Amino acid sequence: MSDELYQARIVTLAKSKTGAGKLSAPTRSARRDNPLCGDRVMIDVKLEGGRIAEIAHQVRGCLLCQASAAALAATAVGRDAAGVAELRHDAERAIGRESGKAHEPFDAFEPVANHKSRHECVLLPFEALEDALS
Amino acid sequence: MTFDVAAVRREFPILSEIIDDRPIHYLDNGASAQTPLAVLDAVRRYETTSRANVLRGVHRLAERATELYEGARADVARFLGVQPMEIVFTGGCTAAINLVAHSYGQLLKRGDRVLISELEHHSNIVPWQMLRLRSGIELDALPVTPDGRIDLAALPKLITPETRLISLVHVSNVTGALLDVRKVVEAARTVGAKVMLDGAQRAPHGPLDLPSLGVDFYVLAGHKCYGPNGIGALWARSELLEAMPPFMGGGSMIARVTLAETTFAPPPRRFEAGTPPIGPAIGLGAACRWMAGLDWSAAHDHQMGLVQRVLDGLQDIEGARILGPASLQNRYPVVSFVLDGVHPHDVAQTLDSFGVAVRAGHHCAQPLMDRFDLDGTTRASMAPYNDTGDIDALLTGVRHAANTLR
Ligand SMILES: Cc1ncc(COP(=O)(O)O)c(C=O)c1O
Repeated sequence: MSDELYQARIVTLAKSKTGAGKLSAPTRSARRDNPLCGDRVMIDVKLEGGRIAEIAHQVRGCLLCQASAAALAATAVGRDAAGVAELRHDAERAIGRESGKAHEPFDAFEPVANHKSRHECVLLPFEALEDALS
Repeated sequence: MTFDVAAVRREFPILSEIIDDRPIHYLDNGASAQTPLAVLDAVRRYETTSRANVLRGVHRLAERATELYEGARADVARFLGVQPMEIVFTGGCTAAINLVAHSYGQLLKRGDRVLISELEHHSNIVPWQMLRLRSGIELDALPVTPDGRIDLAALPKLITPETRLISLVHVSNVTGALLDVRKVVEAARTVGAKVMLDGAQRAPHGPLDLPSLGVDFYVLAGHKCYGPNGIGALWARSELLEAMPPFMGGGSMIARVTLAETTFAPPPRRFEAGTPPIGPAIGLGAACRWMAGLDWSAAHDHQMGLVQRVLDGLQDIEGARILGPASLQNRYPVVSFVLDGVHPHDVAQTLDSFGVAVRAGHHCAQPLMDRFDLDGTTRASMAPYNDTGDIDALLTGVRHAANTLR
């Protein structure tokens, strides 16, 4: 029986645990909870000249949330708030909230487009990071 | 005697629905049960032959509507073994608890204590915390045992001469544990406290005899009892209802209104301000009649057989753990589990792709999740129409999640 949502790329991203953990001396930290499902994301960033030099995340949440946090950690270094917003557009495109084609690695989330109740799982790490940068 | 599950299934049209070429394995009955033809027909009959407002009209449709509405009250009362005038229709189980917290709550004063537990649904926690804010009552909570039961051994310590009300879940919506009501009532009597049971998960499993349970308040939700949404019921002893001030004000709940003051109608109307959910109440009455027609001893055995099948099946899946009693004693067919390394939402989503509907998350019981340091559980909750095919699909899906997501 095919399991369309959990495609290998999402599972691989989640298992990669890219960026999982804490920073020893973060410039900023933020935590976001999803009250509906109880998922929780904590993000630490080290900033240099307004750009992300290091990023780490702790996710207490589902596979989609973990995969999204890993994808974000893999792509956020070197970006400022506007650069992170670009990544978010990509994630929103992948889940069908914005038109256009998503790029690597966020195109991995395309299977989530049909599962509206899970969109927030993908976006929660972005919201935590946006808080940390604001 | 054997239980004819196929015959029961035929009464529920939705069970023959096919989605994406797959049948539905509906194991989310604890959230909302499905509804049988008898209920659908009763509601349709009201809407097509008797629709009108109740209590207010002299015309024939209004009389028919009132008769059906009051008949439904009698059906619910019979199901609970109580008098119709002791049944208050509410918008749901949550609404019923809030009614008690407001109306009975007005009789409590600063320093009075209400005792709940760590096992409660948020709907039996938050209204009491809100009452605490309004009137300065104190709130105590019984702990939970490692196997997911309310720890009644802690009763002597937590009951005080100031305890006015003990409000506990009759059957847990997370662990399936059945409360030992007699012990609670005995302890309550030593200090003259009242006892309220949240029957949301017990009522869907057959008729009750509330007077012999010795409790004072009971609440239930229509949609979990094979009835419509938007309807629930509160039962309280008549002397309590008599003593309680109204919660909401408006039409139907009055005796006489002048611009200077209002006198209130006797119960139950005192607590049913405005036009009630008439069709849903009639549906709930039909659901109670439908439930009363089932052989619950056979239905219960059938469902506990399914619980055993789940427990056995999970035992063979590495990292699967039950949150709740491991035995079938004093337990109802609600099974919560965790799968190490896989988040409950991912288990539930995988199950959905196998056509299996379950609930995952904190089940509106965050204090319980905190107690066990869990983000959530996956929960299968059964009804008499579930069969071994449903359970086997569940186990296949859990195995798939275990093999692919960790
Ligand atoms: C034990 C328990 N109490 C109360 C409720 C609240 O019921 P409702 O949401 O229908 O008001 C539920 C439903 O989830 C429940 O399981």
